[in-house]
Amino acid sequence: MEAAAAAAAGGGCGSGPPPLLLSEGEQQCYSELFARCAGAAGGGPGPGPPEAARVAPGTVTAAAGPVADLFRASQLPAETLHQITELCGAKRVGYFGPTQFYIALKLIAAAQSGLPVRIESIKCELPLPRFMMSKNDGEIRFGNPAELHGTKVQIPYLTTEKNSFKRMDDEDKQQETQSPTMSPLASPPSSPPHYQRVPLSHGYSKLRSSAEQMHPAPYEARQPLVQPEGSSSGGPGTKPLRHQTSLIRSFSVERELQDNSSYLDEPWRITEEQREYYVNQFRSLQPDPSSFISGSVAKNFFTKSKLSIPELSYIWELSDADCDGALTLSEFCAAFHLIVARKNGYPLPEGLPPTLQPEYLQAAFPKPKWDCQLFDSYSESLPANQQPRDLNRMEKTSVKDTADLPVSTQDVTGDDKQALKSTVNEALPKDVSEDPATKSGLLPPPPALPPRPCPSQIWAIMNSVAVNICIQVVEWSEQVSEAELLPQLSRAPSQAAESSPSKKDVLYSQPPSKPIRRKFRPENQATENQEPSTVASGPASAATVKPHPTVQKQSSKQKKAIQTAIRKNKEANAVLARLNSELQQQLKEVHQERIALENQLEQLRPVTVL
Amino acid sequence: MAVCVAVIAKENYPLYIRSTPTENELKFHYMVHTSLDVVDEKISAMGKALVDQRELYLGLLYPTEDYKVYGYVTNSKVKFVMVVDSSNTALRDNEIRSMFRKLHNSYTDVMCNPFYNPGDRIQSRFVCLGRAFDNMVTSMMIPVC
Repeated sequence: MEAAAAAAAGGGCGSGPPPLLLSEGEQQCYSELFARCAGAAGGGPGPGPPEAARVAPGTVTAAAGPVADLFRASQLPAETLHQITELCGAKRVGYFGPTQFYIALKLIAAAQSGLPVRIESIKCELPLPRFMMSKNDGEIRFGNPAELHGTKVQIPYLTTEKNSFKRMDDEDKQQETQSPTMSPLASPPSSPPHYQRVPLSHGYSKLRSSAEQMHPAPYEARQPLVQPEGSSSGGPGTKPLRHQTSLIRSFSVERELQDNSSYLDEPWRITEEQREYYVNQFRSLQPDPSSFISGSVAKNFFTKSKLSIPELSYIWELSDADCDGALTLSEFCAAFHLIVARKNGYPLPEGLPPTLQPEYLQAAFPKPKWDCQLFDSYSESLPANQQPRDLNRMEKTSVKDTADLPVSTQDVTGDDKQALKSTVNEALPKDVSEDPATKSGLLPPPPALPPRPCPSQIWAIMNSVAVNICIQVVEWSEQVSEAELLPQLSRAPSQAAESSPSKKDVLYSQPPSKPIRRKFRPENQATENQEPSTVASGPASAATVKPHPTVQKQSSKQKKAIQTAIRKNKEANAVLARLNSELQQQLKEVHQERIALENQLEQLRPVTVL
Repeated sequence: MAVCVAVIAKENYPLYIRSTPTENELKFHYMVHTSLDVVDEKISAMGKALVDQRELYLGLLYPTEDYKVYGYVTNSKVKFVMVVDSSNTALRDNEIRSMFRKLHNSYTDVMCNPFYNPGDRIQSRFVCLGRAFDNMVTSMMIPVC
């Protein structure tokens, strides 16, 4: 093999190793590595082997010291490295010329890919060799990010920070332009999450064994959030974010529901995504975000997390700061956060951490105007990504919370409709199906409870949604079978009448059959929101009023949607029925207690009179 | 300042008893138990007409050689009993009242926890309910040791 054509690259080799065919990437990589090693050699060969002295004049060589370091960094066994060194010809010629160096690198790549260390191996296409370097710079840039992912490059934290900063700054800037009113306190919490994503994608498991456990926290939980977030913020060229999002997703599959930790702070800091998730859960229990969740409701909810009662009571003690037996939004978020932490093995703190104090939470995530809040926190779950974000930014200037997630809307009315539609998404029990099965324990059960206050909310919301597309709905009335929805929707008009703005009053002057049919439209949108055409045609037809062709197209879709809706309603009914029976039992017990107490009272009364 | 603090349920079983560990705890338990009779006596002495006006603080229940026992009843007939060292003469009635008030507040906080079932022991041994309550009681008892 060595008798084959002499090496064309480099000089000074006699019967050298066979010619190397390097790809562009390899060429670049190897030349950089060589330059590094040679540059390092420029500072003095150091205690290099005497071969270095026998360098042929005029040849650039890499000093043995740095080269040896590099080879060792490839994590191959010493024997293999010896073989490689021999094969590449350095031993023979006594130094690492470019040829030898390149061949050696190629052999390393081959060895890392599992191929035998032979000259033949290097003739085929190989990935770039991977090195565990204590030096920074170079290695990161080499290879594609996907490789880095598997590389476990133990680059010092600071370096990664630098790199991540480059990417993150872009994102942050974009996101901050979208959230100009986000309070300063909120932005630091948002940057750590970005931190954590990048290091995660670089496989920093070694660096943070404990913090990692906390890591993609509700990355699981946030999968529905992450996905639209990733894609929606992908517009302004945040490719790194998208990439990381995909990496995150892959990680999140492995991990359970875990807390999000900030590298800089303790694990008790709540991130934006977590905060939103908690807020959503709060809403499911209590539609008005500024009021309380009563103790019993919260108890039932938290009991589903399957923690022991003493632990739950301790968490309650920690989080209910004012000890009033009810939870405000901040208290609820703190409690939820503690539960999540506990579920992931974190010991409960002695006292409420400062980042979980209600005042802190309120300052960090100031309560927005709840109308817009409704839009924002729910629009994130909209998978329809093609909506322009410019309008969103204008809308969002009035919104502080969750401001980094763009509101996807097409127009103002569309915004209203879709946000509310996505509210329906969240509120419906199909949350359970939405959440990936890998979310353990905590997530599937809680949505089972929320439907209790929800259905009334759902109907109210749906009716309000229906307002925006009333015209189209009227047209569909002929094709929809409404019988089943009649009893359910009989409630709706009354509730909607209470909560609806004035513009809805117009519709309710119409005969009651209209609201029923109207319900289907939002149901369709709620269940089949992947059909942007439906969405698009909605406002379009409302504007242009061309009912018939639209109706015909959507009748079949509607039927499917109706069936889905029916199924979902049945599920909801089952859950509610179960809940009802439980509550009835409790009621019976309480009644009995009361009777017993009253008896006692009666017995005691004559005694005290005396 | 207190040597022993006890919370008794309406049915006269203890929800919480804590005494300074240096002493024979059984003695305190016995004292608290016997003081319950006195408490009942005081409650019944008020009569039905005075139920609403009955003061929560019962005052000195009975003195012994070494100790004094004070009592306090809530409207739901939950009794707090406190045993104080007799040699601690600096302890005034007002202070005892304030201690009871604090006890009562902590007790209500415990009640507010939905995971607490009325009638359960106020446990604070583990990571669980009643830690704040326990801490508060500790603060009342520390100076004695």
